[in-house]
Amino acid sequence: MNEISAVRARGDQHRYRKAKSTFVAGLCILCGVLVVTPLALVFGYLVIQGASSVNLDFFTQLPKPTGEVGGGMANAIVGTFTLLALASLIGVPLGIFGAVYLAEYGNSRVNWWLRFSSDILNGVPSIIWGIVIYGIMVVPMKGYSAWAGGVALGCLMVPIILRTTEEVLLLVPQSYREAALALGIAKWKVISQIVIKTARKGIITALLLAFARVAGETAPLLFTALGNSFWNRNLSQPISALPLQIFSFATSAFDDYHRQAWAGALVLVSFVFLLNITVRFLTRKGA
Amino acid sequence: MNSAQPATRPAQSNVMAVSPSPASPPVPAFEASKVCVWYGTKQALFEIDLTVRKREITAIIGPSGCGKSTFLRCLNRMHELVPSARMEGKITLFGEDLYGATVDPAIVRRRVGMVFQKSNPFPTMSIGENVIAGLRLNGIRDRAFLNEQMERSLRLAALWDEVKNELHRPGVSLSGGQQQRLCIARAVAMEPEVLLMDEPCSALDPMATAKIEELMQELKKNFTIVIVTHNMQQATRCSDQTAFFYMGKLIEMDSTAKIFSNPGQKQTEDYITGRFG
Amino acid sequence: MPALVENAPTPVKTAASLMPAPSRFGDSFSKSFTMVMAFSVIGLIGLVVVVLVRGSWPTIQHYGFGFITDSSWNPVTEKFGALPFIYGTVVSSLIGLLIAVPLSLATAVYLTELAPLWIRSPLTSLIEMLAAIPSVILGLWAIFVMIPFLRTFIYPALQSVLGWTPLFSGPIYGIGMLSGGIILAIMIIPIITSVSREILSSVPNLQREAAYALGATQWEVTRVAVLSYAKRGIFGAIILGLGRAIGETMAVTMVIGNASRISPSLFAPSNTMASVLANQFAEASDDAFLSALFAVGLVLFIVTIIVNLIAQLLLVAAGGQSSKLA
Repeated sequence: MNEISAVRARGDQHRYRKAKSTFVAGLCILCGVLVVTPLALVFGYLVIQGASSVNLDFFTQLPKPTGEVGGGMANAIVGTFTLLALASLIGVPLGIFGAVYLAEYGNSRVNWWLRFSSDILNGVPSIIWGIVIYGIMVVPMKGYSAWAGGVALGCLMVPIILRTTEEVLLLVPQSYREAALALGIAKWKVISQIVIKTARKGIITALLLAFARVAGETAPLLFTALGNSFWNRNLSQPISALPLQIFSFATSAFDDYHRQAWAGALVLVSFVFLLNITVRFLTRKGA
Repeated sequence: MNSAQPATRPAQSNVMAVSPSPASPPVPAFEASKVCVWYGTKQALFEIDLTVRKREITAIIGPSGCGKSTFLRCLNRMHELVPSARMEGKITLFGEDLYGATVDPAIVRRRVGMVFQKSNPFPTMSIGENVIAGLRLNGIRDRAFLNEQMERSLRLAALWDEVKNELHRPGVSLSGGQQQRLCIARAVAMEPEVLLMDEPCSALDPMATAKIEELMQELKKNFTIVIVTHNMQQATRCSDQTAFFYMGKLIEMDSTAKIFSNPGQKQTEDYITGRFG
Repeated sequence: MPALVENAPTPVKTAASLMPAPSRFGDSFSKSFTMVMAFSVIGLIGLVVVVLVRGSWPTIQHYGFGFITDSSWNPVTEKFGALPFIYGTVVSSLIGLLIAVPLSLATAVYLTELAPLWIRSPLTSLIEMLAAIPSVILGLWAIFVMIPFLRTFIYPALQSVLGWTPLFSGPIYGIGMLSGGIILAIMIIPIITSVSREILSSVPNLQREAAYALGATQWEVTRVAVLSYAKRGIFGAIILGLGRAIGETMAVTMVIGNASRISPSLFAPSNTMASVLANQFAEASDDAFLSALFAVGLVLFIVTIIVNLIAQLLLVAAGGQSSKLA
């Protein structure tokens, strides 16, 4: 009799353990759902609240003064692109050529420290860049400017481009470098004509990812580019940008500004997602 | 450099020593004396003394890890790509010191070409562009010359007829054997004096291998060839001289016929009869 | 030079004759130039340190270490103490972690161990999309959607159940510390999930198979063979999320209320180190105020560096120096 009850007890215990396992699995599914819910909600509201306001006016008009209904964010859109271009002046050379050094030159000790520093740099909160560039550009120049905003975003870009480009360069098989060097080709030519050319798709995706990340940044621009209700005619003057405008409108007391903030947010998020999807497309298997 | 050169050649900034007078015996393509190589603290080659004769095929055989590839790479200074590599000893190319203080490795590699184990045509270039890649990236702009050289090299590599209408297609679109012949064309386009081949057929099927072995006999008429192979039958079929390496040392070197029929050293005999591999 | 084609006339042009001599300049320039570019990362870190220290120097001189223990922040009377913001950062990040970590880990486990294969890729992509949403947009959504919802339904419920504790007492505004923590949770879930997922999927299958062979259930296999093996990496992922939460600015700024004092209630408005900079830097009219804000920035910078360093060390111990972009 003891043996039968022992077997039954083991069976019960097993059923209990199985039930526990299933329960936990269910919990995990629930958590998965919970995790994507905010995404669905955010996107849903962006579309609901913003889609109707994304019209021709939005893309072509300047913002109206407080109280007046209507207007658009044309200057903010142009401003964002301007700032991305300025940021690239710093981010792209430092990032790409720095990555070339890490991948093609350098020794493993030095490179480890450089990568480590890059990761530290990457973790610097973006608002810190805002106040740092305020200190070294806005104060001496006695004013906010597009240049300052561009520099702040550029500094933010450097570690992103550096690490991603380095990974991409390291993926180029060593056999191509060997073949080229065995032909007597100078190392710098091997790098520029063979390695970088082979890796160009990856480098472009690195740049697109950096743009996607930096296009949505607000904090570094708060005290550098400042924002502008009008067109920026001079890069030494404040300039508007989509995230800045969204922030300013969202935190205002004015309903029509809120409506436009939703529209701006929808456009910004679409731009960022478009960049990300392009990256996915470029890096899909078999491309 | 060869003294019988047309006057169109500008003075090279890196002129190596003058070759000896024609009355003495033919200058060997390579003369290696007491060559030792270390990777860090690990010694890979122990006092190799070896002569490679001009316009012959010399095969280097031996089990894995015996140092044959390492030695081959010393012949065009490619071992220097490994940061921890160090070489001692002397290697001369047609009488000139390969490792002299003023010698630019790039010049060495122009004169000593290399074909690798796995074919590696440049992926972003077409077939035609691959062939002349070395010439173009070394600064030659003469379009007519480049085109002529493209055809000449592809003919030499026995590939012209197969690709002459498809020169614009990507280099990587060819089959494995064709790619390897493309790499051979790319190497010979540089008009090297010596062609080094590091197990060029090990990744190829028997038919492609046969084509390349046939090719080697043709190339021998114009180039000195040194081939590393783990396939002893290939050495028997193709080479004039064979060197047997074991554990970083040159055990024996002689004419291929002698090595494979009546080797002088017991180790050689053990290896070629398959007592160890 | 040997003739290339037998019996053909020797070509007048040869490759060797046409190739210019190689120059050493290109290689040495290329190496030096790229080295300078690479070392710029160290230069940029130095720049940040120098500017922050220079800007906060007057405050450091005046207050010394007392700056981070003093809890009064009054621009009018020019008394500055950073404790309210350190408190705000700590508490809001803690709330964020408390919410995010269980959800993220469960989702990571789901993705690597339980989910059917066809779900894994789309779900991972969805979570990465959440990570790509700019902070200001999440802030916008938080102001107009999340906070009204919390204020109407969740917070009163919380207060009715837990209002006897100081944490959930006091007036409910909607904005405040708890909302800050919640939006932080939403923002750090993607990174904790994706890093944990990578860590978990790098656990060798041998571990799982061994546990299964002993008759363990799926949950037991996960708990014993996978999670405990990946402990260090998971912890690293969590600290990485913490580092992200500490530096997060815009969304928090928009929901936390901009109050520069310590309140016991989670419903009360507050400020984090990052949000006080966003909220008050533009109005800093006089030098003392500005310097105090730079000092807050310096503290924020130091804390972020330390936390990210710990995270990197844990992740390196778990497997290689990879670019886990925070």
